[in-house]
Amino acid sequence: MIEARHLVKRFQDRKRGTVCAVDGVTFSCRPGEIYGLLGANGAGKTTTLRMLATILAPSEGTAVVGGYDVTKDPQMVRSCVGFLSTATALYGRLSALEMVEYFGRLHGLDEDTLRRRIDEIFARLEMNEFRDRRCDKLSTGMKQKVSIARTLVHDPSVMIFDEPTMGLDIMAARAISGFIRECRDNGKTVVFSTHVMSEVEKLCDHIGIIHDGKLLAEGTLPELRGRYGIQDLGDLFVKVVEQ
Amino acid sequence: MSLRMVGVVYRKELIDSLRDRRTVVSMIFVPLIVMPLLTIGMGILSVSIVGQARREVPRVMILGGQDSPRVMAELMGVKGLRIVPANPDYAEEISNKQIRAAVEIPEGFDAKLAAGEPVTVTIYMYQGELRSGFGANRLQRFFSDLRDRTVREHLEAQQLPQSLAHPFDIDQKNVAPPEKVGGAVLGGMVPYFVILLCMTGAMYPAMDLTAGEKERGTIETILCSPVSRVHLVLGKFLMVLTASIATAVLAIASMAASFGAGKQMLLSITNGAAEPALQVTITGTAVASIFLVVLPLAVFFSAALLSLSLFAKSFKEAQSYISPLMVLVVLPAVAAVLPGVELSPTLALIPVLNTSLVGKEIITGTYHWWLIALIFLSSSVYAGAALAIAVKLFQREDVLFRT
Repeated sequence: MIEARHLVKRFQDRKRGTVCAVDGVTFSCRPGEIYGLLGANGAGKTTTLRMLATILAPSEGTAVVGGYDVTKDPQMVRSCVGFLSTATALYGRLSALEMVEYFGRLHGLDEDTLRRRIDEIFARLEMNEFRDRRCDKLSTGMKQKVSIARTLVHDPSVMIFDEPTMGLDIMAARAISGFIRECRDNGKTVVFSTHVMSEVEKLCDHIGIIHDGKLLAEGTLPELRGRYGIQDLGDLFVKVVEQ
Repeated sequence: MSLRMVGVVYRKELIDSLRDRRTVVSMIFVPLIVMPLLTIGMGILSVSIVGQARREVPRVMILGGQDSPRVMAELMGVKGLRIVPANPDYAEEISNKQIRAAVEIPEGFDAKLAAGEPVTVTIYMYQGELRSGFGANRLQRFFSDLRDRTVREHLEAQQLPQSLAHPFDIDQKNVAPPEKVGGAVLGGMVPYFVILLCMTGAMYPAMDLTAGEKERGTIETILCSPVSRVHLVLGKFLMVLTASIATAVLAIASMAASFGAGKQMLLSITNGAAEPALQVTITGTAVASIFLVVLPLAVFFSAALLSLSLFAKSFKEAQSYISPLMVLVVLPAVAAVLPGVELSPTLALIPVLNTSLVGKEIITGTYHWWLIALIFLSSSVYAGAALAIAVKLFQREDVLFRT
């Protein structure tokens, strides 16, 4: 479960002074649901998700993720969250196995549990063929699998994806979409950000349109279409933003 | 504080760093291979250059002396000199290294010498130029001998005793043990190299583990794991410290070995005529003591470099921050090598310089225990402060996500 309550994030910028990247964002997402945060570049998606993953601390407001408050128990939040984005790279000099083992140990898994989880995940994602190969020698698709394995090793109840398909080819992007759907089907709470309309239409149970740090509209896709009387999601997005 | 988590981070960073070519080169290759090569190579090179210069028969010019056939004949007969024809451009020829030196014999030299009148011989040379120095010395020796002979002849003619010109002898005798003599000459170089390598050993891992992580995009990956930032920075710090200490230990060990080997080699080249510098012996106690005083400095370097590199957005930017820092380390380390700079309570508080000075003393077998304690304490305070800053910086979003 995720409950974001009036999340605000301000940064100090040398040229622009105080910049409000996220301005009072409130939404919730239940287990077995996918919440899509839709917005243009610089809208505040990444900052919002980083606050939910406790990589950044909110300036105001808070969020409860997996039952823990992001401002009070950031470590506990991180222990129940799997965070994946194009910015979360792999350690190139570690092998696929070492990479996943490292994160399993950081999540406090004992060696038996870690071994069992790795065997399960590597078999499911068909990673055994390259488990001992260094990450910097892997193809993009293989790297994506290692990243997914890294987010799943501690069996998190909440998954956060920040533009997970950005820069990927169609095959790798489809694999990620399939993985997001699988997470939902397994009862996980899933939030993901994107600016690709087709991904939102295919995957999301709930959509939040974010612009200039503010959450402008929220609801299921049929609800939003009904509210604005527009079928095309691209047109709907532009109308919401321009209003 | 979870030591297990610090250990998990440390173990990963160790594996990761040992697979990084730059770290391995600065941590293992430089102290083990480059340092001995430099020490022995430079020694052999300098001995061979000096030997070659000594063996050379210097070309010298005689200015004047036409009215002094006796001194001219003697000069022409000196075996170790090649006399070239006089030329008014002698100064230019000396400066251009065409000749090594020139000697000006004043008018009526022979006659004045015989009459016992005062007379001055001038030797022209290129100051600081090794071969010119040898040429000028050869001329100086000739005229000194001539002067002594002339005095002896005058005394004989007057039937006076030879001891009149030489009433007593002066003899300088060294009472310091060989290691102190050698240490005073060369001892400062050892801690200088150890400090420098301690810093270079920490440099690459510090940049790789911070700015390198930012550049490769792994900083966000690690920050979304439940490891606390304190544990993260401590794990990274321990790795940088390991690299720094490993470099220092390997440097000390390889230097001790290369000094031993180099000494034997130089002694055989110089046919056993050992220079004071060759009398340096690095004892086991000295090695352990240097290691002990360098330890807090290694902590200081590791934490300071980690903090500084964390500010950078990329490896390249980190290098541009750290390069000027090298000067800050080299200057005080070099200052300690200068003759006359001695350890005092005030200097014991200046980081790097204090360690370099105490290292120099340790090499010579001198142990001022209260100053060593003061240095250890002050260096530990600086190290603690640097580590606290590193921990603090790892909590700051504007530093971690600086774009």
